[in-house]
Amino acid sequence: MLKLDERLQGDSYCRHFEQGPDSGTMIINMGPQHPSTHGVLRIICELEGEYIRRAEPVLGYIHRMHEKMGETKSWWQFLPNMGRTDYLHAMGWGHTYVLAVERLAEIEVPERAEYLRVIATELNRISSHLLWWGAYLLDLGAFTPIMYAFADREIILDLLQEPTGSRLTYCYHRFGGVKADVSEAFVQGVRDFIRYERERFPMYRDLVTENIILRKRVEGIGIIDKDMCRRYGATGPVCRGSGIDYDCRRDEPYSIYDRFDFRIPVEHGCDAMARYLVRMEEMEQSMRIIEQALDQLPGADGKHISKKAPKPNFKAPAGECYAATEGARGKIGIYVASDGSKTPYRIKLRAPGYCNLSLFAELATGTMLADAVSILGSLDLVIPEIDR
Amino acid sequence: MNACKTVKAVSDTVKGLWSLVVGLKVTGKNYVSPQLTIHYPRKTVDNIETYHGHIELVGKPKEPAVPRCICCMLCVTSCPSGCITVVKQKEPKEPARASADAPKEMLGEVGEKKAPPMAKPAKTPSRWKLNYNLCSLCGTCVEVCPVKSIRFSNDVYIAGYSQDDFVYDLLARLREQAGEGEGDR
Repeated sequence: MLKLDERLQGDSYCRHFEQGPDSGTMIINMGPQHPSTHGVLRIICELEGEYIRRAEPVLGYIHRMHEKMGETKSWWQFLPNMGRTDYLHAMGWGHTYVLAVERLAEIEVPERAEYLRVIATELNRISSHLLWWGAYLLDLGAFTPIMYAFADREIILDLLQEPTGSRLTYCYHRFGGVKADVSEAFVQGVRDFIRYERERFPMYRDLVTENIILRKRVEGIGIIDKDMCRRYGATGPVCRGSGIDYDCRRDEPYSIYDRFDFRIPVEHGCDAMARYLVRMEEMEQSMRIIEQALDQLPGADGKHISKKAPKPNFKAPAGECYAATEGARGKIGIYVASDGSKTPYRIKLRAPGYCNLSLFAELATGTMLADAVSILGSLDLVIPEIDR
Repeated sequence: MNACKTVKAVSDTVKGLWSLVVGLKVTGKNYVSPQLTIHYPRKTVDNIETYHGHIELVGKPKEPAVPRCICCMLCVTSCPSGCITVVKQKEPKEPARASADAPKEMLGEVGEKKAPPMAKPAKTPSRWKLNYNLCSLCGTCVEVCPVKSIRFSNDVYIAGYSQDDFVYDLLARLREQAGEGEGDR
């Protein structure tokens, strides 16, 4: 039985997160509403002075039951949910879901639709990385870069607004194609954007990457070795920053990624700087993919959506299927099981952020509190995706 | 060895300080470049034509105040969020008069086979409501509509004090638009 004053201290999480044997420690909550946690993530830290002795992430503050919603909505009706899991890389999730269902129901996708999917997904990846870049630096105390990042990101949002109609929670993918075709103006706009963005990157390097204050805060901070990545199932820029050369786009080719010539950036630094550099290079590689896709787009067969594309009353045949794609944060996996009825039997969403976050407890142990913010930012967490 | 360390420390410091100067140069350059942001109430953005706001009804070509909707309920059943309410107009008890303006889609096969070739009464909605609070803007209703009676509006600047302000009576909206003039989206 707890004493009254103990019961008044915090909630059950705090009480179960017992203080260590030493009396000199303090338990502190980071979040749920904290500017550096990008959403509602809460981390309980046991501090010894300025150092973290233990840290434990608490999840579930914006759990919206996306997996359960999949069981109550029809196959088609689940599409808009995909834009809401990871709101920064909605295209990646939409792509994975339609890929899983298309594999299950053996739906043909026209070539043109595949190109449009790739262009949209890669543009979305750039916008996601740009936002991460700005927000990460904001966490580290630099306010200006997020303004530059948003100015660039705004161009992508304007471009993607034309085919999708929305600016953030896209619902562009359809079974057997995409929602709308793109115009010549869009193609030209994307080319102009790439040219403009290539001019901006040297400025970013001068302003931020080479900046001594940033380097001091990211170099040698949050070292994740290969083994740790594998133990926790970290994917995406987190594992590539630790020297693991793995990218779904190349290693488990889906869609038409095998037609493009691009490089998978890998850094061997294992620290926050390595992850930073991987993401910066990924933006450049995404632009290369988009350029090649735009060049090949006029020669692509078919329309933006297949003629036999399923209607909203579509029922997938009984069976099960898994599809994985490379999202901005790592490997997005969606497993669908169908019993042939109107609604899916089960939809399992594998969020890369969830695995990447699970690293944090081990990683933050022994670091300083200010470095924990830097580590958290370098993992590029999107909490809605983690909670789902 | 010690001298080596000192040289390195000094050069690192100089390099570090220089990186700050380079950063300031970028900031200074941006400071004198034209502004990218827009002073919102005085100016507005110019890219809202492609923006998909809430849905609205499309009138018949000859009668802009009457929606093309044939009350097939496809939009209602396929909507992921259940935000659309369509109520069909009740058919009059008396033998229906043949309505000349009924579009072809409305003529069911049964109606055509009947001995006196009488068209069925036009199916028009008596109530067409959108609860925009729930809408997820996926565009399913626009895609499934067989008579293309739904389109996206460009309403960006909407605000309200309560949830009820976002429950739209789209029939009234259509009538209003028709009154104000055709083609005014």
